[in-house]
Amino acid sequence: MVGKNPENISALQTDQTKALVRNLDFFYGDNHALKDINMPVYANKVTALIGPSGCGKTTLLRCFNRMHDLYPGNRYKGEILLGEDQKQSNILSKQVDPIEVRMNIGMVFQKPNPFPKSIYENIAYGLKIRGHSRSFIDDKVEYSLRNAALWDEVKDRLQDLAVNLSGGQQQRLCIARAMATDPEIILFDEPTSALDPIATLSIEQLILELKDQVTVLIVTHNMQQAVRVSNYTAFMYLGRLIEFDTTAKIFAKPAVKETADYVSGKFG
Amino acid sequence: MIDQPIKSTLAKSKPSNLVRNLQEKLIEFLLFLAASSSVAITIGIIYILISESVSFFQEVSLVEFLTGTEWTPLFADAKYGIWALLAGTIVTTAVALFVAIPIGTISAVYLSEFAPEKLREIVKPCLEILAGIPSVVYGYFALLFVTPLLQRFLSDLPSFNMLSPGLVTGIMIIPFISSISEDSMRAVPASLREGSYAMGATRLQTAWSVVLPASLSGISAAYILGISRAVGITMIVAIAGGLQPNFTWNPMESAATIATFIVSVSLGDLPHGTIEYQSIFAAGITLFVITLITNIIGHFISKRYREIY
Amino acid sequence: MKSESAKDVHKLIAWAKLWQAGFIILGVLSLLVGIVTLVALLADMFIKGGPLISWRFFTSFPSRNAEEAGILSAWVGSLLVMFVTALAAIPLGIASGIYLEEYARKNWIADLIEINVANLAGVPSIIYGLLALGLFVYAFHLGDTVLTAGLTLAILVLPVVIVTTREAIRAVPSSIREASYALGSSKWQTIRSHVLPYGMGGILTGVIVALSRAIGETAPLITIGALTFIAFLPDSPVQSQFPYISFAWLMSPFTVLPIQMFNWVSRPQPEFQLNAAAAGVVLVGMTLLVNGLAIYLRYQFRKGIKW
Repeated sequence: MVGKNPENISALQTDQTKALVRNLDFFYGDNHALKDINMPVYANKVTALIGPSGCGKTTLLRCFNRMHDLYPGNRYKGEILLGEDQKQSNILSKQVDPIEVRMNIGMVFQKPNPFPKSIYENIAYGLKIRGHSRSFIDDKVEYSLRNAALWDEVKDRLQDLAVNLSGGQQQRLCIARAMATDPEIILFDEPTSALDPIATLSIEQLILELKDQVTVLIVTHNMQQAVRVSNYTAFMYLGRLIEFDTTAKIFAKPAVKETADYVSGKFG
Repeated sequence: MIDQPIKSTLAKSKPSNLVRNLQEKLIEFLLFLAASSSVAITIGIIYILISESVSFFQEVSLVEFLTGTEWTPLFADAKYGIWALLAGTIVTTAVALFVAIPIGTISAVYLSEFAPEKLREIVKPCLEILAGIPSVVYGYFALLFVTPLLQRFLSDLPSFNMLSPGLVTGIMIIPFISSISEDSMRAVPASLREGSYAMGATRLQTAWSVVLPASLSGISAAYILGISRAVGITMIVAIAGGLQPNFTWNPMESAATIATFIVSVSLGDLPHGTIEYQSIFAAGITLFVITLITNIIGHFISKRYREIY
Repeated sequence: MKSESAKDVHKLIAWAKLWQAGFIILGVLSLLVGIVTLVALLADMFIKGGPLISWRFFTSFPSRNAEEAGILSAWVGSLLVMFVTALAAIPLGIASGIYLEEYARKNWIADLIEINVANLAGVPSIIYGLLALGLFVYAFHLGDTVLTAGLTLAILVLPVVIVTTREAIRAVPSSIREASYALGSSKWQTIRSHVLPYGMGGILTGVIVALSRAIGETAPLITIGALTFIAFLPDSPVQSQFPYISFAWLMSPFTVLPIQMFNWVSRPQPEFQLNAAAAGVVLVGMTLLVNGLAIYLRYQFRKGIKW
């Protein structure tokens, strides 16, 4: 299978690898949820994870920032190597603190989840945890809000509660919150599934702009969204990675029959 | 609502339907009566307290009552200054809250955010038992266990004092504060916590900066409940605090509270209609107003900080 | 715009974890305060009072002589008072709960009742004693009797029964009500044959918790003038002669376990304090038994009903 060996994809040679998933298995207790996943994540590109519900795409995403460590009974096997080629380290290793991983990899969730604090405090949260100075935080809050195309809408009410923003604004705030700490990778878990079409469009626009600064990994159940925002697409099915390739190739002429069936809407 | 009657066979009430509807109405009325009984109880409380207090305040001036610091109903020159009792109430409540609020809150945060499931399953029933032990048993414990224990460290502590019953009251209300606070912390959605963890926060940072602010409404409700419990606690202080009214802010002294004064008067022979009889209602209405105000404040605090996620 | 200076992430995390470890120690210590107290209280009482508990202790009346004193009149009194309390509080509380949850429309009367119940739950128990003194003892001339005591405690625990009934009923999913209505049931039929049976676990638990609170209540009963030295039993409710049932016990003076214990604690002689410990053991035993029953029932009903 082509997907099994990313090194074989000739068109990709010019892109730098940001992270590399190698022989990854994941277990929820006895449930073998991810089976032998191998895939690259390219720097400053958007990689989409698609597949029918229950295929393991969100489970894979949450391996990247060790979210599974929060709940007992979860187990990883294999590696996710992070960093430029020469200094890769396995973030799943027991020696690596999950908190350290999360300090370098941001995440945006399905439903916008602003903290019950002011807009300012939401953005400042990650920076305070990292022990930054007040003046640095002030600058960074403005920068991040501008970056998330939210500054003009909220600059006069930074001390208002974030939960009073609209759904789309909340999600952009969550993106700004994650971006404020300059993560190496930002994970999106179906970020627009709770939003209306117009808000969805603005989030997609934002994701496209972000890839100049950060590597993006996005789970989506919406194939059009994958086409619109991603450079690479991984198709997953029943806990396995079926095919990984450029988005254009996955949707135009997939190599595997299941992929073809899924992207043409025969199941899922 | 349908304005026009539906023209169909269904519209004609059969006699059996009529009986059934009548029965339904009757049941609803009876249930309504039952529900109204709680209002009747409140009216009864207010009526009894006010009517007896009115007679009391015909004898004793309201100003003297509200500003006086001596309470000597049995002296020839009887004085009724509520501050003598209020001071005791405030001191014991303060000692109790000094114990219960920090310990209850920390326990709640620990149980909700840190404790393994197994430990929770063991500890929670233990706390429930702690809350279920009769107050007279706590009184026994305060007088015959805690006071002697304290006297080892504080040699000039008298056998009757406010410190010991205050501490024991505090321990008794820990479960109220911790269980309500914990419930409201656990009601904070997992997505908020995950949002915080995903930023690289530890559990403690998440608990302190995200979970606590999000559950402020429930926690403040818990504190208010704790205060109104502590104010009304009677038997612990009646047993271990001494029953002599004493205007003091020193927890190392013995004193009476409003509630223990009512108990001590009731223990004796209490002729209906005398000023002593009426004085317990005057004391009672003070206590009632204090708890009412506390509850109303609690109501508004909960509204102000209602859960905002 | 990258970080102002390279922060030492490892050091940062180490500090954060140190704080967290400190807090965990604090949390465990906080839990221990309650649990150690509980153990100390129980141990102290059992050591002092345990040896006194015997058949004789349960079958003797109080006495001026500490060694001869027992709790016969006290536990019989507690039982009778509880009986009256249950009879009054359970139907009234459940009916109120049903009305508030199923019938009450959203209007000011319903709001008033609701706020009122919440407030009643916060009223100190001694205030209920004053109500009972003014109302039952003097206005209704019921005196300091079993009936007065039972009604007083019934009023005291009514809010608990109402609140738990409402919670239990609310937990019954509306799909079950709709299924019953769809079959042509009336509102009351739906409540009687579906809502109440399914909510019964929660209601029962609430009722038992309420009664266990009533067992330990002391202050309001002192207020109504409960005697502490009762060396006789109320009339038996069951008689050998026609009409076989007597209600004279309702109007009998009484004492209850917590009052008996209070009486003994208040005496200066150490022998009576041992009696107090023994009465405390019985009282705590009764409360634990009743609470245990509630926990068991809750567990059974949770296991039985799934939706």
